[in-house]
Amino acid sequence: MNRLNIANGRVEMVHGSGGRAMAELIDQLFAQAFDNEWLAQGNDQAQFTLPPGRVVMATDSHVVSPLFFPGGDIGSLSVHGTINDVAMSGARPCYLSAGFILEEGFPLADLKRIVDSMASASKEAGVPIVTGDTKVVERGKGDGVFINTTGIGVVPEGLNLSGDRAQPGDAILLSGTIGDHGVTILSLRESLGFEADIQSDSQSLNRLVAAMVEVVPEIRCMRDPTRGGLANTLNELAKQSGVGMQLFEKQIPVREPVRAACEFLGLDPLYVANEGKLIAICPQEKAEQLLKAMRAQPQGREAAIIGRVVEDSHHFVQMETVFGGNRMVDWLNGEQLPRIC
Amino acid sequence: MKYVDEFRDGDKARAIAGQIRAEADPARTYHLMEFCGGHTHAIFRYGIPGLLPDNVKLIHGPGCPVCVLPIGRLDMAVELARRPDVILCTYGDMLRVPGSGRVSLMKVRAEGTDVRMLYSPADAIKIAQQNPDKQVVFFAIGFETTTPPTALVLEQAKKLNLSNFSVFCNHVLTPAAMHAILNTQEADSGALMLDGFIGPAHVSTVIGSAPYEPFPAQYGKPVVIAGFEPLDVLQAILMLIRQLNEGRCEVENEFTRAVTREGNAKAKALVEQVFELRPSFEWRGLGAIPESALQIRAEYAEFDAEKRFALTQLEGRENKACECPAILRGVKNPRDCKLFGDPCTPDNPLGSCMVSSEGACAAYYSYGRLSDNRIAAEEVNA
Repeated sequence: MNRLNIANGRVEMVHGSGGRAMAELIDQLFAQAFDNEWLAQGNDQAQFTLPPGRVVMATDSHVVSPLFFPGGDIGSLSVHGTINDVAMSGARPCYLSAGFILEEGFPLADLKRIVDSMASASKEAGVPIVTGDTKVVERGKGDGVFINTTGIGVVPEGLNLSGDRAQPGDAILLSGTIGDHGVTILSLRESLGFEADIQSDSQSLNRLVAAMVEVVPEIRCMRDPTRGGLANTLNELAKQSGVGMQLFEKQIPVREPVRAACEFLGLDPLYVANEGKLIAICPQEKAEQLLKAMRAQPQGREAAIIGRVVEDSHHFVQMETVFGGNRMVDWLNGEQLPRIC
Repeated sequence: MKYVDEFRDGDKARAIAGQIRAEADPARTYHLMEFCGGHTHAIFRYGIPGLLPDNVKLIHGPGCPVCVLPIGRLDMAVELARRPDVILCTYGDMLRVPGSGRVSLMKVRAEGTDVRMLYSPADAIKIAQQNPDKQVVFFAIGFETTTPPTALVLEQAKKLNLSNFSVFCNHVLTPAAMHAILNTQEADSGALMLDGFIGPAHVSTVIGSAPYEPFPAQYGKPVVIAGFEPLDVLQAILMLIRQLNEGRCEVENEFTRAVTREGNAKAKALVEQVFELRPSFEWRGLGAIPESALQIRAEYAEFDAEKRFALTQLEGRENKACECPAILRGVKNPRDCKLFGDPCTPDNPLGSCMVSSEGACAAYYSYGRLSDNRIAAEEVNA
């Protein structure tokens, strides 16, 4: 078998054709980085057993541009994104799959950087990548690399989290600052190119979730406010549960550079994407306990109670502004930003 | 955020709102028009109507560039974009405005044409340099605030001798539109209720406060120039109420931290160098207004897309039920429109006022439905 020229080589059509070149790419790049017993089985599928409980599954495709950004890259993002989607059910994520669509001509050095970053994100979260796939498309038919990941997890006994369970009187908690990811990506756009001392919040939330459901198994629902931001996610939950929501702007944590960038770009941080934050809704009497549990975890240090669920037949999300007025927080209209995740 | 948070202080807002309530004469109504879409947006985003007494009414003016552009001009841009050799560049808001037959630039882009969203017109120059085999057209819209950057790129294009760059100019003038509002049939018949103007913020940083002096003098309408922060708006409302109560009628400047009487001399000179008055320009809602817009001077004619592509003026087809024109003239409210909310929404805009976040309909829809519903509920209960 030939050694891949990772330093100077590029993705070629043969790397996706199923022949020897593809085997080299898989062995020397993917298998080496992801290295685990399931991949080592060498089959077209991974075989594993799951602990008892309800099984959850989630999938997410990643097309972010640029591929590398402060605080992460498309690789780590693709691992975090799917782990978080699985974890929002209260589940413990167990296994991941990864599918790559590579563009002919993509530098192997960049691919290695991405794959290594996926490997370390998966190790850090304790969720192995156990099966995968690679396809190559002709130059001009992709944008470097697209990654799809799918995750499987198991919900521990006694948990029942769902977006339709929020009830009037419940507390709304947020695990940290909003807008960091979207503004970081935006700051790198060629046409904007402003300098901001911020980085993406891309991170796995499975450990935070495990700590939360252990302390307050009564959590009604959790969701990660990715595309469309906090505003869209809360509107989804309000609609699904048939309730309204009242937020307090003063209590929503936003980093100063994010606020400033949003100010001059005319964006509202409520609509900007996050990749490592969650919203949790729980009975009011459990809110302080849950907040404490969240703040004890590194991913929840800046957690806050940001509002409450109210009765409202219109299912409106409203916010008391720092100015003292009350305003609607509507669904995101149109696309606020180009490809961010 | 320094210099921003100070102007969003809730305690100060309540203090000024209290002052407004104390000084507004309950025996009369105050109809104040905020000309600018930027003010409309701030008013709704911060919930200012809720802080005002019932007899202080805000009327939303036509100062939203996307809203006042007639459909025919948009159709001309669509025609340009469909030319195979053209890359059409414009500001984001412009992409979603529906033209005749509901064809927007976004839809034209989905057809496979090259339409690009710009954050700065300077990027259009870069795109022209990177695509020497294409004609790059900057679809320029806006009031006096966005005009100097367009002038700057035209000057740059001339210096660089760019043969593949041009501007489709749709820049319009604020004072001309204010004159027009005060000269409509509705203004003559008394259907337009208007006691004074909250004057533009950013436009005034460029043109200064002097161009508003005819409004008190000729029409008896006071003007208070205000910044875009919510406290600016409240303070300007209080200043207008005081003028009206005291029988004064003048131009006052609340936005002294940025606006002078003369404005920005450098920007004005640059605009003067590149642009000249158009004899007449069609405005959506206001009709043809003489000397209300700019065109590119003969010295820069080679960069004028209208000349380069020999564009002919198109007559757009308006949706007949759309009340954008009357809303832009200040005689109707978004809620008076049959299309408002169903089927016309920001996701599915039928009229231009629903597209831009500065448009009165979009602001009402995004922030104001709440109070509308409360009002509706109160009416039902009564």
